[in-house]
Amino acid sequence: MAKYLLLKHYRGTTPTPNQFPSMDQWTPEEVEAHFQFMRDYAARLEASGEMVGGDALSSDGAWVQYGGEGKPPVVDGPFAETKDLIAGWFIIDVDSYDRAVELAGELSAAPGPGGEPIYEWLELRPFMSAPPAVTE
Amino acid sequence: MADLGELRELVPRVLSVLVGRGADFATAEDAVQEALIKALDWGDRPPADPTGWLITVAWRSFLDMARSEASRRDREVRFDTEPPVGAVPSADDTLRLYFLCAHPDLTPSSAVALTLRAVGGLTTRQISAAYLVPEATMAQRISRAKRTVASAGVDRPGDVSTVMRVLYLVFNEGYSGAIDLAAEAIRLARQLASVVDDPEAQGLLALMLLHQARRPSRIRADGSLVPLADQDRSLWDTALITEGVDVLQAALQRDQVGEYQVQAAIAALHADAPRVEETDWVQIVEWYDELLRLTDTPIVRLNRAVAVGEADGAPAGLAALATVPSDVPRRDAVAAHLHERNGELELAARLYADAARNAPSVAEREHQTRQAARVGQLLRQEG
Repeated sequence: MAKYLLLKHYRGTTPTPNQFPSMDQWTPEEVEAHFQFMRDYAARLEASGEMVGGDALSSDGAWVQYGGEGKPPVVDGPFAETKDLIAGWFIIDVDSYDRAVELAGELSAAPGPGGEPIYEWLELRPFMSAPPAVTE
Repeated sequence: MADLGELRELVPRVLSVLVGRGADFATAEDAVQEALIKALDWGDRPPADPTGWLITVAWRSFLDMARSEASRRDREVRFDTEPPVGAVPSADDTLRLYFLCAHPDLTPSSAVALTLRAVGGLTTRQISAAYLVPEATMAQRISRAKRTVASAGVDRPGDVSTVMRVLYLVFNEGYSGAIDLAAEAIRLARQLASVVDDPEAQGLLALMLLHQARRPSRIRADGSLVPLADQDRSLWDTALITEGVDVLQAALQRDQVGEYQVQAAIAALHADAPRVEETDWVQIVEWYDELLRLTDTPIVRLNRAVAVGEADGAPAGLAALATVPSDVPRRDAVAAHLHERNGELELAARLYADAARNAPSVAEREHQTRQAARVGQLLRQEG
């Protein structure tokens, strides 16, 4: 088993096959279908025993840096642009890299306007693991 | 399996007895936890005197802990194995325990954790599950809290207002499924109101009961939020409402109004309306005016603006909203609602989208996104 981080960003990275308007421009039915898809996706991962966890992040936030001796930290924010920010993540524990790719592909097909897949780019990152017991 | 709920009722008394016999708070608290865990082995044959049993077992655990600690420090054991039977623990003992756990030197999260364990009798695992942090993290937080209380001494414990703030925090956290924190907060607030002579403690209990009564209608099965106006009022728990109103009336009769009583009065007026159209918004605004006099915070102003909008119309609500700073959470959502009712749909749609972007929870974000999409559709139909 290997753990992967499935990272969602606020707009997905460009270029995407089709650029959609932001969600508040969708019809209520399209919004509802998207929410339902996300709930079903999480439920499927739980049912298959591959879900480790997931969380959503607020779009608030800032960049912070050490400010130097005796000075307060430097705060740059709130963010002017949210499109490159992390929106949330799933952590999955799967048998193979192929399975992780398959699951990310499913999530990327979440429905948007007209029920079309939104083709959202997702960042898929393997976790560093503990060293194995058998090394040779 | 022993009924843990009933056992936990006994925790403050057992802990008070140990402390009354001279045990230090931190070790005594650990000993009571051990006794509770042993009590789970009672099965369906509990002892005739559960409190006596718990005191005996907890005292033995305490002696073991104190002895190993003492021998570690190369000291003599100072405790007799057969202690004199102390006075029966009184309401004051329970109250002192509450005060200790809400010690002013503790951070709010530490006070919450210590209260749930030492007064509530929850295990560290249960508390960590409720707050979605690892058990080791919660264990560390609790032991640090106990060290803080021990070193600060018991001379300067918290007072009833800090205790109420802690219980309010527990209640407001809602629930994660494993442990119903709201129900636990109500249990502790009920106990507090019975041992302290303060109408605000009754006000806090009433506030919790009246909000808990509406909980079945607040969230749909899929986790989505239902605004007050759309809630199915037949789902409201009338027994809790009746109790909440009774407790509140008893408190208000004492004529020492405070913020919990006022908030409970507002909740009672909502609970009193069989249909949303019958809500007495004029009286609700009067209570918000009172609340503003007691505690003038941006959140109170924001909620007052909602009530003013209902009582005197959207323009009046928007005028009241003008005094609320722009960075207050949920301000966009309130502004969107008032502008929509004022017929300014384009502005409302934009504000709902802003509210979704700034929402502090996923449920709130989804709710505001739905609102934006709904108003967007209205605009397209008009245009």
